[in-house]
Amino acid sequence: SNVFMYYGLSNFYQNHRRYVKSRDDSQLNGDNSSLLNPSKECEPYRTNEDKPIAPCGAIANSMFNDTLELYRIDNDTRTPITLIKKGIAWWTDKNVKFRNPTGDGNNLTALFQGTTKPVNWPKPVYMLDSEPDNNGFINEDFIVWMRTAALPTFRKLYRLIERKNNFQPTLQAGKYSLDIAYNYPVHSFDGRKRMILSTISWMGGKNPFLGIAYITVGSICFFLGVVLLFIHHKYGNRNTSADIPN
Amino acid sequence: MERCAARRAPEEERRVRANAREYNEKFQYASNCIKTSKYNIVTFLPVNLFEQFQEVANTYFLFLLILQLIPQISSLSWFTTIVPLVLVLTITAVKDATDDYFRHKSDNQVNNRQSQVLIGGVLRQEQWMNVRVGDIIKLENNQFVAQADLLLLSSSEPHGLCYIETAELDGETNMKVRQAIPVTAELGDTSQLARFDGEVICEPPNNKLDKFGGTLYWKENKYALSNQNMLLRGCVLRNTEWCFGLVIFAGPDTKLMQNSGRTKFKRTSIDRLMNTLVLWIFGFLVCMGVILAIGNAIWEHEVGVCFQIYLPWDEGVHSAFFSGFLSFWSYIIILNTVVPISLYVSVEVIRLGHSYFINWDKKMYCAKRRTPAEARTTTLNEELGQVEYIFSDKTGTLTQNIMVFSKCSVNGHSYGERQMPEPGDVQDVLGHKAELGERPEPVDFSFNPLADPRFQFWDPSLLEAVKLGDLHVHEFFRLLSLCHTVMSEEKSEGELLYKAQSPDEGALVTAARNFGFVFRSRTPKTITVHELGQAITYQLLAILDFNNIRKRMSVIVRSPEGKIRLYCKGADTILLERLHPINQDLSSITTDHLNEYAGEGLRTLVLAYKDLEESYYKDWSERLHRAGSAPEAREDHLARLYDEVEHDMMLLGATAIEDKLQQGVPETIAILTLANIKIWVLTGDKQETAVNIGYSCKMLTDDMTEVFVVTGHTVLEVREELRKAREKMMDASRSVCNGFSYQEKLSSKLTSVLEAIAGEYALVINGHSLAHALEADMEVEFLETACACKAVICCRVTPLQKAQVVELVKKYKKAVTLAIGDGANDVSMIKTAHIGVGISGQEGIQAVLASDYSFSQFKFLQRLLLVHGRWSYLRMCKFLCYFFYKNFAFTMVHFWFGFFCGFSAQTVYDQYFITLYNIVYTSLPVLAMGVFDQDVPEQRSMEYPKLYEPGQLNLLFNKREFFICIAQGIYTSILMFFIPYGVFADATRDDGAQLADYQSFAVTVATSLVIVVSVQIGLDTGFWTAINHFFIWGSLAAYFAILFTMHSDGLFRMFPNQFRFVGNAQNTLAQPTVWLTIALTAVVCIVPVVAFRFLKLDLKPELSDTVRYTQLVRKKQKTQHRCMRHAGRAGSRRSGYAFSHQEGFGELIMSGKNMRLSSLALSSFAPRPSTSWIDTLRKKKGCEGSSAGSPSGAADKTLRV
Repeated sequence: SNVFMYYGLSNFYQNHRRYVKSRDDSQLNGDNSSLLNPSKECEPYRTNEDKPIAPCGAIANSMFNDTLELYRIDNDTRTPITLIKKGIAWWTDKNVKFRNPTGDGNNLTALFQGTTKPVNWPKPVYMLDSEPDNNGFINEDFIVWMRTAALPTFRKLYRLIERKNNFQPTLQAGKYSLDIAYNYPVHSFDGRKRMILSTISWMGGKNPFLGIAYITVGSICFFLGVVLLFIHHKYGNRNTSADIPN
Repeated sequence: MERCAARRAPEEERRVRANAREYNEKFQYASNCIKTSKYNIVTFLPVNLFEQFQEVANTYFLFLLILQLIPQISSLSWFTTIVPLVLVLTITAVKDATDDYFRHKSDNQVNNRQSQVLIGGVLRQEQWMNVRVGDIIKLENNQFVAQADLLLLSSSEPHGLCYIETAELDGETNMKVRQAIPVTAELGDTSQLARFDGEVICEPPNNKLDKFGGTLYWKENKYALSNQNMLLRGCVLRNTEWCFGLVIFAGPDTKLMQNSGRTKFKRTSIDRLMNTLVLWIFGFLVCMGVILAIGNAIWEHEVGVCFQIYLPWDEGVHSAFFSGFLSFWSYIIILNTVVPISLYVSVEVIRLGHSYFINWDKKMYCAKRRTPAEARTTTLNEELGQVEYIFSDKTGTLTQNIMVFSKCSVNGHSYGERQMPEPGDVQDVLGHKAELGERPEPVDFSFNPLADPRFQFWDPSLLEAVKLGDLHVHEFFRLLSLCHTVMSEEKSEGELLYKAQSPDEGALVTAARNFGFVFRSRTPKTITVHELGQAITYQLLAILDFNNIRKRMSVIVRSPEGKIRLYCKGADTILLERLHPINQDLSSITTDHLNEYAGEGLRTLVLAYKDLEESYYKDWSERLHRAGSAPEAREDHLARLYDEVEHDMMLLGATAIEDKLQQGVPETIAILTLANIKIWVLTGDKQETAVNIGYSCKMLTDDMTEVFVVTGHTVLEVREELRKAREKMMDASRSVCNGFSYQEKLSSKLTSVLEAIAGEYALVINGHSLAHALEADMEVEFLETACACKAVICCRVTPLQKAQVVELVKKYKKAVTLAIGDGANDVSMIKTAHIGVGISGQEGIQAVLASDYSFSQFKFLQRLLLVHGRWSYLRMCKFLCYFFYKNFAFTMVHFWFGFFCGFSAQTVYDQYFITLYNIVYTSLPVLAMGVFDQDVPEQRSMEYPKLYEPGQLNLLFNKREFFICIAQGIYTSILMFFIPYGVFADATRDDGAQLADYQSFAVTVATSLVIVVSVQIGLDTGFWTAINHFFIWGSLAAYFAILFTMHSDGLFRMFPNQFRFVGNAQNTLAQPTVWLTIALTAVVCIVPVVAFRFLKLDLKPELSDTVRYTQLVRKKQKTQHRCMRHAGRAGSRRSGYAFSHQEGFGELIMSGKNMRLSSLALSSFAPRPSTSWIDTLRKKKGCEGSSAGSPSGAADKTLRV
């Protein structure tokens, strides 16, 4: 089946209260007035040089921007693995929650007129991708980043590797190399980056916790059941009307 | 109660001028107008809001609201607090408004009651509230002196006499006589009264019921006034057609109101515990806030500083310390749900529900009087399940105050046996229709045209004996028709009306009347009796009157044949000693009968006669006349002469009068005693009567080891008597636990020794002894002694003493007390006790008005306590346990999450979930449980009174239980957070995307929380009704419905910034992993609870568990009702004799003062030379009454005071 490529970050507090609220969903939903006048929640990433930031807020500003490339090394030749960048976000996010601003024409540059890029970003939001249905606010890397993690150590889906044909595994055994364009500093706060490749089942990716927990709880329940049965047999007959006083 | 009139300085003395409103208005005396309502339409909103924000809880939430408006602190949107707050304020306001509406209504009703007031010489119907001090009002027979304390001016009876019944006021059942002072007694008609302009100067309002001192100034004369001239509010006019009175004290100044004590706001012990716990929780909240704030400061210092490249500090925050400070307040906001505002409202709602259950209870509805039970206070229900002491009034509460001629023994033959249930409403103790069986017909008295149709007798053999001409029976009834002080009145031919001083005498004379010996009329010298249709007039030679020492009364009559005979009736102890020796055989048979009657709690009298020689009588009456006019020691001389003649009498038989108990009283008392509730009877009535009732309602039994009677008059005597009682009890217990354990006990406190007393004791204490016993240095001694006894009876106590006794028990015993009574004299104790119960459906309503609960029969008390009270307590405890549990489980998740989100006060849940959790998702199921739950059905809780004990011991909700709930809540919260944490750390969705995003996490935790608390309420619910099902399933459904709505596209499109969770529900809840997590969490949270309960049921079952279990087992078996033993055992005790008054009216009758002129004219009557009976009466009362209170020494000469 398909192989999924994730990037992981540790010690990154995407669940911090001030971080979580630092966004303007109205702006991200393509509301033109919010585009030019973002919510106060975005402070201090609300405006830059008197221009409203699009997308505003700390979440967007801190978007992960390393690029990862995977190569298969076959007799010293590097064949790049096709990494699909679409289909990694929730359908509702891509189609309902995130929308580009509307206006005359489809020229994103014109639509984002009057806004400025987030401080940390190298380029504005309308230049995230070349394809128009993956650009601006509906860029899927951006959408995935904006769905904040619940815990300080998290992983986010980066790319899909599609299975070519049914007779070969998606990634054959062999040597691979990972090229990372390092743009995203994590050293200052003692963060860690990871890259994870995983396949999935009906339960999602590999997740030993649930299995172990179920087996443990199941055995405890069984044991408890036996003990209680024993106790009930031995002492349960106390429960008779003879005990009722007066 | 507020007064319309403004407050004024305490009065020194009161001046009232009759018929002079302008003059009296100068003094601004309290009027009769009552105002208990608080608001009107305009003031409602501001005043009510102001009052509500005086509640600490509401102010606290207002404070939270303000905190939330500060952006740096706000961790939650403002609406999470304001929605519940507004909801709470609205519900409370609506409740207050309804209450006030009803107060307005009842005020109007009371104020608009009618009374007849003499204004400008004409009698006018006036509204109650317009009756002023100084008005003259007219009262009619059987009317309550309801408005005010009156000075009696004149009455329909000769000499301004007036009979009143004071049962409402002091609990005494006998009738009393009041007399107008002679000058005003002549003012018979309205025109004379309108001209009356006397001025009364008297004492200021006080609470002494038996004292009044004042002077009437009229026409330049002074007349002393005493209590003899007063008609107090709360009395009932009897046997007097009408009377006029001058209003002296009105409204709150009346002696009755002055005696009723202050109304205190009553709180239940659960309330107090709840307040303490809320404070503790608040402290806990602050602790958590501090821990998290320190965590925040450390985190910001260690990590946050470095993380500033992605998340800079807020403007104005320059140090980790300040950040920690802000985070403290943020955490206070999000953790505030541990002190939920909805708690108080939910508690009120539950109590209201329980109150309605009481109001709607058909088994507490008295069909005869058409009165349902009523919970007048809605805040005390659960305390009904914790009562340990019941203080009961006697007259009207335990007894019906009806005397019935029930049995008699004539010449060694006992008549009157019958076994059949009461007519009237026929529901027995367990609330089932009593099996009536064969219902015997009452004896048919139709042969006798003069018979009283209300009289019923069930043994036809007595009537047969009369008809057959049994001489003994004839003589027996002849005695009953002659030997009494009853007055008769014949309005029309054959329609006789007896005016008896005590109801016992009335019953005896009525019995004789129905058996054909009709007492028709009397003059001072004659008694006319219709003996089996034949009018015979006896000459009345002397009345040897009753008093408390003699315990007997006799008459000496001359029959038309000229024979002189003495008829005597009296207490058996006295009379049996005075019989002629030839009566020995008969006497022993009669004694057997007497014992039998006494064992049934009947009041007995022995009847005897003696023939006197003409010559002997002449000599005796000569001496009597001399003794009567002797200046000194008149009483002693008379007593000696009486003693002499009442000797060597011939026994006729004995009568037994039933002081009719209210239905089901002995059974109720027995069941309540089994429930470990101690019952004390506090009555204003005589000791004999009270003890007698104690026996007949099985509070006192012959099985008791000893009944201590304390009647000492001085402090020393009382102390000695109490000490002796205690010593006796200790001796007994010493002999039981011989030797070593006794030593141990001696060293511990006296109380504990007395608590371990073996054997049953009872204590009877008199009012004057009680006064000493209640003094500060003796009260503990008294209480210890009394509490060691199984039954306590206090007789001749004043209303205030009743309250003092209750107060004493409240103070030292820390137990829940309940006072029950029907009359105005019980008001103070009803108000003092934790719970006051009024008997409704009677004439007076004072007690009901002051009470918290009211119903019409004493027997309903067991249902109120054992069923409603027990359930209320159980429900309230279960409710509180669950409520604290669910809020801790809910809130503590934030605490654990704090450790993973940099202590930033990020909530785990969506803000809408936080808003709605307490008011929608979890409120109704727990309310349903709090309102409807029951552990065992009602029949069982009556069947096994022991089930009541957990409430008394406060086992179901106390600090320990609270900590268990809290611990369970915290345990749940840990699992609720860490299981999803463990799962989410590495999980991905089945489409490869991340699972561990914040919003999915929030939905997972919230869903598992809702499911776990719903399962938990399912486990806690012991009694499933459709409503429980509906609420529990409904809440779950509502949760999912609201969840999907809140996460829907439509709402997001309208308010993108408010509904950020768009699409979350369908995305998250479609994941199998999420459901596996929820299932795991639920199982791990619930299994320990189930296992623990299972173990407890097996190893240490509660009584209720056992009862429930056995009920399951024998569900198909026919239920057997435990029959109460109707003890018919003969008692060794000698009777309380059937006189409920202190001294008789004999002298009054012989003087003829109370006879109407018409009846006097009929007789050949020569008045005796001025035996001023009033003087004597005054002398007897003098020491306590008039003379002490009289302000001016120079009293009028016509009254020798």
